[in-house]
Amino acid sequence: MTLALIRGRRGLAAGAVLLACGLVLPFVPGVYIVFAIDLVCFALVAVAFDMLLGFTGLLSFGHALFWGGAGYVATIVIANGITSFPLAVLAGVAYACVLSLVVGALAVRRSGIFFAMITLAIAQIQYFVVFQLTDVTGGENGLPITTRGTFFGLSLANDFVYYYIALGALVLGTAFAVRVVTSPFGAVLAAMRENETRAKSVGYDTDRFKLAAFVMSGTLAGFAGTLYTLGNRFAGQDGVDWHTSGAIVIMTILGGIGTIYGPIVGAALYQSLDFFVSKTAIGDKTNLVMGLIFAIVILAARRGIVGEILHRVFDRAPRLVEDEDRPDVLVPDVSHEAI
Amino acid sequence: MNLSPDYLVTQIFNGLVNGGFYALLALGLSIIFGMLRIVNFAHGAMYMLGAFVAYYGAQLFHLPFFAALVVAPIVVGAFGFALETTLLRRLYDLDPLYNLLFTFAAVLVIEDGMKLAAGALGSPYATPALLDGATNLGFTIYPTYRLFVIGVCVLVCAAVYVVIERSPLGARIRAATEKPELTRAFGIDTRRLVSGTFAFGVALAGFAGVLAAPNTNVTPSMGDSIIINTFAIVVIGGLGSILGSVTAGFALGVIAAVGAVVYPPISNTLIFIVMVLVILFRPTGLFGTAERSA
Repeated sequence: MTLALIRGRRGLAAGAVLLACGLVLPFVPGVYIVFAIDLVCFALVAVAFDMLLGFTGLLSFGHALFWGGAGYVATIVIANGITSFPLAVLAGVAYACVLSLVVGALAVRRSGIFFAMITLAIAQIQYFVVFQLTDVTGGENGLPITTRGTFFGLSLANDFVYYYIALGALVLGTAFAVRVVTSPFGAVLAAMRENETRAKSVGYDTDRFKLAAFVMSGTLAGFAGTLYTLGNRFAGQDGVDWHTSGAIVIMTILGGIGTIYGPIVGAALYQSLDFFVSKTAIGDKTNLVMGLIFAIVILAARRGIVGEILHRVFDRAPRLVEDEDRPDVLVPDVSHEAI
Repeated sequence: MNLSPDYLVTQIFNGLVNGGFYALLALGLSIIFGMLRIVNFAHGAMYMLGAFVAYYGAQLFHLPFFAALVVAPIVVGAFGFALETTLLRRLYDLDPLYNLLFTFAAVLVIEDGMKLAAGALGSPYATPALLDGATNLGFTIYPTYRLFVIGVCVLVCAAVYVVIERSPLGARIRAATEKPELTRAFGIDTRRLVSGTFAFGVALAGFAGVLAAPNTNVTPSMGDSIIINTFAIVVIGGLGSILGSVTAGFALGVIAAVGAVVYPPISNTLIFIVMVLVILFRPTGLFGTAERSA
């Protein structure tokens, strides 16, 4: 049922609504353009994360590894005088791709809770390396750059131009994710998630499928990370910190795992909440509110916002009607269920 | 590189101190996992709370250190008990990942709540006068308090091991861990055992927090990095194995400290590198048996 929103006409409609929101976002009163850029980047990483969690059931607590790592690589490329935006992004994405292949090969050896703990721990290695390679990464101070580079001759200094490029990337990334999860490959992932032993017994090398999903997710997360750091013209410690991995998990589940579009809503909500809460007396202790909301979601609304809505609309128990032959018995109404 | 024998010995002792904290935390994590099949992400936060109970106890009530060693685990254990019976319990029938996510949410709330209450910067906690100064061990001179930490950690770990492996209570806990249904059929209240086990596990973390208070600054984020190190350690030792967790805790403390002598930049990452090697060659952990349901 999670595919209800993703497939076919309904999926296109949902995507179109979100795209329309994205197109007008910078013109909504009170929305800062840099906020909008961050939002779109986080939406993309949440989509990437949902490809993994929503469709393989693997919970990575280390996606900051790809998001932050690729962000650093792209920033380092530009900081070293190669002011080509596509090259910087490509370098970051390549890094995330190789890294996710290595980490994934290791982590898929364990599943469930262990997968989460292992990805979390491995991400810490990069975190400390970034801190110690001060010559390259700027260490604790982070790495500021003066330009986002040029995009085939086009300057990206204008925030609005950059926003629409990032939005285009989100559309591409989401289309890619939709394509993957609705493909035969996605069907195998679904089968594995439902019953791994059975998927194995019909001949699928489930570890390879998990690894493939992990690499796609990690690479896409890296892509989002490069857009984020270049957008901010800064790669900092926050990006590789495990709290960022946690934030990605929250956005995705808040929106609704396995719904692809849900995590976009989740990321938008998370970013907005974070923004508003930080303006209150709580200040930068926004995790107090985020944690409370996330705890409530885990306890009471595990399908996430979009997931719960989908569930209410499509998964309702069928209406009970009187049986044609025995009027005293109520049976589920199946008269309109020819879909 | 400084390889004088004296420095090396000092580093090994430092490693045992860190290892003692890892062992206490890994022990609690393993006991909880063994019984509840959940990984308590909030274990580091409980450790931090233990330190703050000692700190505020001293500030507000002149609570001495040795009293804090008793009071803080009780307070933290009670908090854990409340958390388990009111909220965590609702998630047991679901995928264990939801427990991990819930305790992760708890980390965010506890940590930022504490930052709001106490400020993000740390406060020092005085070493008890009785344990101040240094002791001459013959071959080296080492701070008395740190020797005390090593001794207490070893004692507590050994005591917990004996209770679980040898006592009637331990037998019930092990029975409830292996076959909850059958244990209930014998008239043992497994629900209370579950709550008690969770409370005891986090009380151990609170205890470790008090021990750490004079050693480091008491800060809201002090549990932040130690919990990830502890995760790596239980992966290495085999989650759910008490012996494995404690051994891996002490061993990795020492390995990281000695590694720092040989090549200083590696000190923070060595535990994770060892974890990677263990996953490569023995995916279930050094003391772990077949994959447990998780």
